[in-house]
Amino acid sequence: MIRFLLKKIFILFLSLFMVASLTFALMQMIPGDPFTQEKAVPEEILKAMYHHYGLDQPWYVQYYRYMKGLITFDLGPSFKYQGRTVTEIIREGFPVSMTLGFEALILSIFFGIALGSLAALKHLKWQDHITMVIAVLGISIPSFILATFLQYLISMKFDLLPVARWGSFDHSILPALSLAALPTAFIARLTRSNMVEIMQEDYIQTARSKGLNSFQIVIRHALRNALLPVVTYLGPLTTAILTGSFAVEKIFGIPGLGQWFVMSITNRDYTVIMGTTVFYSAILMLCVLLVDILYCLIDPRIQLINKKVRA
Amino acid sequence: MMRFIFLFALSLVLVASCKKRVAPYAENRQMIRLNLHTEPPTLDARKATDTSSIGIISMCFEGLMKRGKNGTIIPAMAHGVETSQDNRVYTFHLRDAKWWDGREITAYDFESTWKTILDPKFPSGFANDLYILKNGWAVKNGELSSAHLGVKTIDRKTLQVQLEYPIPYFLDLVASHSFFGIPAHIATHFPKWADEAGPLFVGNGPYKLKKWKHHNCIVLEKNPLYWDSDVVALDQIELTIIEDSNTELNMFESGELDWAGYPLSTLPTDAIQALINDQRLNRYPLSGTYYYIFNVQEFPFNNVKMRKAFSLAINRKSIIENITQSDQTPATSFIPPTIWDVQAHFKDHDLEEAQKLFDEALEEMGYTKSSLPKITLTYNTSEAHHKIAQAIQEQWYRAFGIRVRLSNVEWKVFLDELSHKQFQIARMGGIAGFNDPMTFFDLYKYPDSSNNYSGWTNHEFTSLIELAERTPDIEKRKSLLRKAEEVFMSEMPIAPIYYYQGSYLKKNYLKGVQLSEFSEADFKFAFLETP
Repeated sequence: MIRFLLKKIFILFLSLFMVASLTFALMQMIPGDPFTQEKAVPEEILKAMYHHYGLDQPWYVQYYRYMKGLITFDLGPSFKYQGRTVTEIIREGFPVSMTLGFEALILSIFFGIALGSLAALKHLKWQDHITMVIAVLGISIPSFILATFLQYLISMKFDLLPVARWGSFDHSILPALSLAALPTAFIARLTRSNMVEIMQEDYIQTARSKGLNSFQIVIRHALRNALLPVVTYLGPLTTAILTGSFAVEKIFGIPGLGQWFVMSITNRDYTVIMGTTVFYSAILMLCVLLVDILYCLIDPRIQLINKKVRA
Repeated sequence: MMRFIFLFALSLVLVASCKKRVAPYAENRQMIRLNLHTEPPTLDARKATDTSSIGIISMCFEGLMKRGKNGTIIPAMAHGVETSQDNRVYTFHLRDAKWWDGREITAYDFESTWKTILDPKFPSGFANDLYILKNGWAVKNGELSSAHLGVKTIDRKTLQVQLEYPIPYFLDLVASHSFFGIPAHIATHFPKWADEAGPLFVGNGPYKLKKWKHHNCIVLEKNPLYWDSDVVALDQIELTIIEDSNTELNMFESGELDWAGYPLSTLPTDAIQALINDQRLNRYPLSGTYYYIFNVQEFPFNNVKMRKAFSLAINRKSIIENITQSDQTPATSFIPPTIWDVQAHFKDHDLEEAQKLFDEALEEMGYTKSSLPKITLTYNTSEAHHKIAQAIQEQWYRAFGIRVRLSNVEWKVFLDELSHKQFQIARMGGIAGFNDPMTFFDLYKYPDSSNNYSGWTNHEFTSLIELAERTPDIEKRKSLLRKAEEVFMSEMPIAPIYYYQGSYLKKNYLKGVQLSEFSEADFKFAFLETP
C-alpha cells in the first residue's frame, strides 16, 4: 500500500511539472498580451507595464521565476486585477465553488443512485421508463439552459428564491440544482445498467431464496458491486464540480473559481492562467488517487499493488 | 421508500423558499441597487482604464472640475480657476475640503498624483492623457526628471498647471478621471492602499467605499465629509457584480435591482425589441461612433475608390432598423453629433455611386470581378458584431456581386491582428474621452501612432490638425478641424456605420441620475421619490 502510494505521488508530481511546463509554453505562444486594450497604449507606457510585471525578461527567466513560485506557493500577482494575488484568488474562489460543488455532488450521488436503483428494480416497468426519460433529459439539457429555466420559473414566476448572487444557502439552491442535473442523470444510468446486470447474478438469487427482502438485497449485495463504475466516474466528476462551472457561475453571479479558468485566458492574465491550471490538475490527480484507494474499500478483491489499476 | 425520497426532495426545495428581501424603496430607505458588469480591476484612480473601475472611482473621487449637465464644466474640488492670456497656464484655487479620513485636501495631493502617473516606472495605462502637461512626454520617457513637469503647488490651496500647447478642452480633461487626485499622505506610504475597502482606502467623492467583496458586491455609503454633502440624498448604493446581462435583466424585473443597462453594464440585445414595445426602454446619445476600418496599406483598400465604394454600399438605416434596433443615427461622418453638428460627407446606401466607384477601382487596379482575390472582414467574437457583419456582407454581395469572407476572432487576438495590420476590413468603435473632435482625430494624426490601425496618413490632414492645435481662436480652430474632417472623409480610411446610443431601464421612483455622453453616470444628485 505504502509503495503504491509513493509511486502514485511521484507520478503526480511529475505530471504536475509537465502540466505546468506545457501551460507555460502554450501561454507564450498565444497572441495578445494582458495590457492590450481597444484604445492602443503607447510604446513607452507598455514598456513600463512589462517592466513592472517582469514580462520584459527572457522566457527562461520568467519560467524559472514561475516554477520557483509554484514550489513556494507564491503564484504572483494577477495582471488584470491589480493588487490581487493568484493565491488570494484561489483561496477566495475555491471555497465558494467547493461549497456549491459539494451540494451538487451530494444531490447527484444521492438522487443518481436512488433513481438508478429504482429503475433497475422496476426494470422495463413504467418507473424505469420515467426515470430514464428524466435521465436523458438531464444529460441532454446543458446546465446553462437549465439554470436560465430555473431562474425564470422559481425566481421570477413563483418568486421563491433570489435570481442570482451569492451569500446565503438560498442563493446556492438553484445553482446547485443546475450543476447536479447532468451528473445525477449520468450516475442514474450507470447505476441502472450495472444493477440490472447484477440482479441476474447467482448470488442475488441465493440471497432471494434465503428470504431477504429486496431492500436488503439491494443495499447489502447489489449496490456494492453496481457502484464500482460510479466510483470511477466520481474522481473526475468531483474535480469538475468542486472547481466550479463557468456557465453556472456566470449566470448566477457566483464568485467561484470556475469563471477564472475562462476569464483568465480572455484577459491573457498569465499568472492566473498558470495558477488555476496547476491547481485544477493537482485536485484532479488527488481525486483520481482517492478513487484508487476507494476501490479497495468497496471491493476487497482489488489489490493495488499486484493488479493494474485503472487511473 | 422511493416515494419518500421524492417527497423529501420536493419539500427541500419548498422549505428553502425563503422570503425575498424587501426593496429599500418599499421601506422608505434612500438606497439604490445597481449592477456592475464586471469586477473593477482596480480602484486606484492612477491605474484604471476600464468602465467598471472608472464607474466606482467616479463615485468615490472628485477632480478639480466636474462635468455638469449638457456638457458644461463646473467647479468641483477647485472653486475657481484662472487662465493666462496665452491659455497655457491654468491656476486652480482649491476649496476647503477634506478627504474622508478628515485630512485636508491640498494642491500637493494633485501634483503628486500626476507626477506618479508620469513616473517612467509607474504602471499606468492612460499616462498619455497627461502628455498635455508641459514636458509630460519627456518625463514619462525618462528624458527629464519630474521636477520639470508643468505642475506646481504654489501654496496649500493653489495649483498651477502649465500646458505643452493651449487646448480649449483642457478643463474638460481635468474633469475626467485621468486628472483625479488621490491622498498623498496615504498613497506614498501604502502602495496597496486601493486593494481593499478599509481605513487606507480614502477618497473625496460623494460616496465612501464601505465594502468590497471581490467578484461579488460593492457597497458605497454617503460621505459626510464631502464638501457638497447637503445635496447628496442617497445613504447607500449597493452594487452587485454580475457579468451575465440576462441575469441582470431578470434581477431588475424581479425587483432586485433599480437600474439595468448603460453605463455600468449592457442590456441583452435580444431583449431590446420587447422593451421598446413595452415603452420601457430609455435611450440617450453617446459620444461615439461604430465603424469599419480599412487597412489602407494593403491591397485592395490602398485604393481610395475601393474604400469609398465599400462604405457607400452599406445600408446603415436598414442595419439600425433590423439589427441593432436601438434607434441609433446612421453615421455619415466620423465625429458624432454630440460633439458638433454633423455635416453628412456622403449619402447612406448610395448604390449607384458605389457601383461606379467599384468598377473604376477594379479598372485602375487591373482586376475584374472574378479575378479579385477574396476580401476578409474581421471582427471580435460577439453576437452583435456578428449580426452586423453578416448584414453588411449581404449588402456588399448585392452591390458588387462579391462574397466577402467573415472572420470572427477572440478579443485579444483581434487586437493583436489590428496592431500588426493583419486585416483588410475590421470592426472598431470608440467613445470620446473628452468633448472635442481631437479625441477622434488624435488616432489618425500620425501614421505610426499606435491607434492608427488603418495605417492611413495624409500630409494635409496632419498639418491642419497641427495648425488647429496651436490656434487659440475657438472659431478659427473649429473651421480648421472641419476642413481636416473633410480631408479625412474624402479619403475614407474608415466607414462610419452608426453613432452610439446608451440604453437602460430604471425604476420610476429613482430620479436625479445625470447621464453624460461619455458613457458615465453621476449618482451625486440621485434620490428615491418616496411614495
